[in-house]
Amino acid sequence: MQIPYTVSLRPDTGLFNAKLGVWLFLASEVMLFGALFSSYVFLRVAAPEWPHGYDLLNVPLALLNTIVLISSSVTMVMSWASLMMKDFVKYKRYMGLTILCGLIFLVVKAFEYGEKFAVGITPADSTFMAIYFTLTGLHGLHVVGGIIVNTYFWGPGSKMWKREPERFTNRVEVAGLYWHFVDLVWIFLFPVLYLL
Amino acid sequence: MSGTSVEEIKKHVRTYILVFVALMALTIVTVAVSYLHLSVGWAIAVALFIATIKGSLVAGFFMHLISEKKLIYATLILTFVFFIALMILPTSGYLDKVVK
Repeated sequence: MQIPYTVSLRPDTGLFNAKLGVWLFLASEVMLFGALFSSYVFLRVAAPEWPHGYDLLNVPLALLNTIVLISSSVTMVMSWASLMMKDFVKYKRYMGLTILCGLIFLVVKAFEYGEKFAVGITPADSTFMAIYFTLTGLHGLHVVGGIIVNTYFWGPGSKMWKREPERFTNRVEVAGLYWHFVDLVWIFLFPVLYLL
Repeated sequence: MSGTSVEEIKKHVRTYILVFVALMALTIVTVAVSYLHLSVGWAIAVALFIATIKGSLVAGFFMHLISEKKLIYATLILTFVFFIALMILPTSGYLDKVVK
């Protein structure tokens, strides 16, 4: 039996199923990160003293990562737009760039973590470091997940384009929703952890 | 977005570029403001204000929320309500006057 509403819109929702499914998933992700942001506030308001992120963390590297992740969001949406314009070559280029940006983000993050570990700073060091590693670590795992999905759609998964172009375009659109969400979380993490 | 014409998509692409420029500019502003060393309250307010604008641009244009179906809006409104509840919870100590 074929999976229904992968392309056609479900009459009661007006959406193809994957889109609503991913939005519901993102709603649960908001709660996951929301709980951790809430923990951050909880820890911070009761702390006798709270360090400035810029005194402990590497702001230029985080700024670089912000630029990289925002750029990857643009290339992601451009990869979807390329499919909408039936330009598969451009799709491959933009999706490739999105994956590359994701990898650069992880390398920079690993460098940042390495810098901390090299001088003996770990999550056990302080409440600030504990919440910093928890939030950025969870976010980093989301970047890894996004790279895996995007790489599948760039490589073997892209064969679907020849058979079912509209379904493939929808798949890329919802993968994009997830990727933009990961970017959105970083947009808040960057000032909260590094600049305040 | 299915059934959107190529011309419309080209218009979207121009918008995406503008949003990208705006996001980059706002990122620079966020960092620049941190060098002003405002009081903690103001620094948090300004940083979160800019981050909210950036987040809205990403959600509105890249995630197409600006022209989405009502069911998704309803889902997100409910999510937002619970998110705000989560953010208020840490201040419950003040409500009970546990924290002076």
